[in-house]
Amino acid sequence: MSLLELRGVEKAFGDTVVLRGIDLSVGRGEMVCLIGASGSGKSTLLRCMNLLEPIDDGEILLDGTDIAEPGLDPQPVRERIGMVFQSYNLFPHMDAAENVMLAPRRVKGLRREVLLPRVEALFERFGLTDRIHAYPDQLSGGQQQRVAIVRALAMEPEIMLFDEITSALDPELVGEVLDVLRDLRQQGMTMVLATHEMGFARELADKVCFLDAGAILEDGTPEEVFGAPQEARTQAFLRRVL
Amino acid sequence: MALLDRTEGGGAGVGRLTRRQAYEAQLRRRSNWIAAVSTLGVLLALVVLIPLAPGWEAVKRSFFNGEVFAQTFPGLLQAFLLDVAIFAWCAPLIALLGLAVALARDVRTPAAYPLRLAAIVYTDVFRGLPVILVIYLIGFGVPGLGLPRPWNSPYIWGSLALILVYAAYVAEVIRSGIESVHESQRAAAASLGLSERDTMRYVVLPQAIRRVVPANMNLFVALQKDVALLSFIGPVEIFRQAGVYKSLMANFTPYVGAAVIFLAITIPATRYADYLLNKERRARS
Repeated sequence: MSLLELRGVEKAFGDTVVLRGIDLSVGRGEMVCLIGASGSGKSTLLRCMNLLEPIDDGEILLDGTDIAEPGLDPQPVRERIGMVFQSYNLFPHMDAAENVMLAPRRVKGLRREVLLPRVEALFERFGLTDRIHAYPDQLSGGQQQRVAIVRALAMEPEIMLFDEITSALDPELVGEVLDVLRDLRQQGMTMVLATHEMGFARELADKVCFLDAGAILEDGTPEEVFGAPQEARTQAFLRRVL
Repeated sequence: MALLDRTEGGGAGVGRLTRRQAYEAQLRRRSNWIAAVSTLGVLLALVVLIPLAPGWEAVKRSFFNGEVFAQTFPGLLQAFLLDVAIFAWCAPLIALLGLAVALARDVRTPAAYPLRLAAIVYTDVFRGLPVILVIYLIGFGVPGLGLPRPWNSPYIWGSLALILVYAAYVAEVIRSGIESVHESQRAAAASLGLSERDTMRYVVLPQAIRRVVPANMNLFVALQKDVALLSFIGPVEIFRQAGVYKSLMANFTPYVGAAVIFLAITIPATRYADYLLNKERRARS
């Protein structure tokens, strides 16, 4: 059974329909990449998955339970789904370690002394040991994004969502962030990425979905989507970005 | 004296100026000269022309009398301590009430709607009234209920009037700070599973408060001045004390003395607030 399954998800902002009947299933330990032009609905789809945006219709099943059920408290669900944003969104008034420890402390009630060794281990794993007490504005974009990933990981989520996390980075910093994703992939983390890094998606994704105007126009293995795209729109998009 | 902003040319030492740098240096020197000459001219005109006014001698006697000044200044300073004391107990209460009202305006649960409504009405009413009117209404009105001592003290009700008015302004400033924190910060906090309450307390509010420190500093400078308004309902603080001296000596110099004391506090505080504001602006750009 898939860990996360979307059935007929619809979403509109006012009169603008952003998602039109999305069906998508993400298996445990799978990495799914969402590709498509800006405005095709990738970001909104991710934000719907962890209930940052309420959906208008459809079901979102996490481990078989519909988390989009009206009236359900979104908080316990969000604990289980980590998210990393394009613009990092670190808390600027806290140092890196405090950024990472805030949610485990407040949500899970863990004490600093318990958390610190764990956080230190995470920082070491991602090459951030000497930056653990730096404030966000003292970090490079790549470091900030790695801290943001650590912050999401510290809640020990079952699934991680990545919203174009390398799009705001200088080209020379993209690699260090993609390395983190590779690492997570090896550890068997379930991941959904909205991305413009086609090479990366082709190399590591289990499944690639091409979004166009709020619908999944085409999906399949990277070989299928990148190697032999069936739809004219997919072909045109890939010609433009590759 | 750096009358105008001078930006030094990067790296090139004196004697090694490029043609453009030499030209710009010349322009700067000329600007500084013009500014200096024009300032001197205006000052000179003031010093020469004002004493030529027909009433100058009388004004000098009754407003700038050195003897009266020296005699009354220590007494005024003593009275100013009361202004400082009133300020000191009002300021923290204003900060607390302002914060509470700002938070009440942000509450989204339907059950708390009356609270939100009350906060909106409160800020509208107290920002819409002259301070002196509120002081009169509360300062004379509440003790008029026939409260026993010490509950009929003008200190209590006058202070309450100041607190109510200023907390309304502070609440609006804090609310603007809360709204200035980008939505993405709330999204990040929510995505980590933080409750709305914790998001406000640990993520939004610390950033919001920091941003509005300069604006609130300006409000507290204004408060220090408005404390003098309490004299209208009784307390003998500096303004009232200056009035007493004026009547005793038939001379207005004590008012000038009081003005000097106020400026000694408010000008440095205003400058400091401006400095913080500029720093904040630079940090955010």
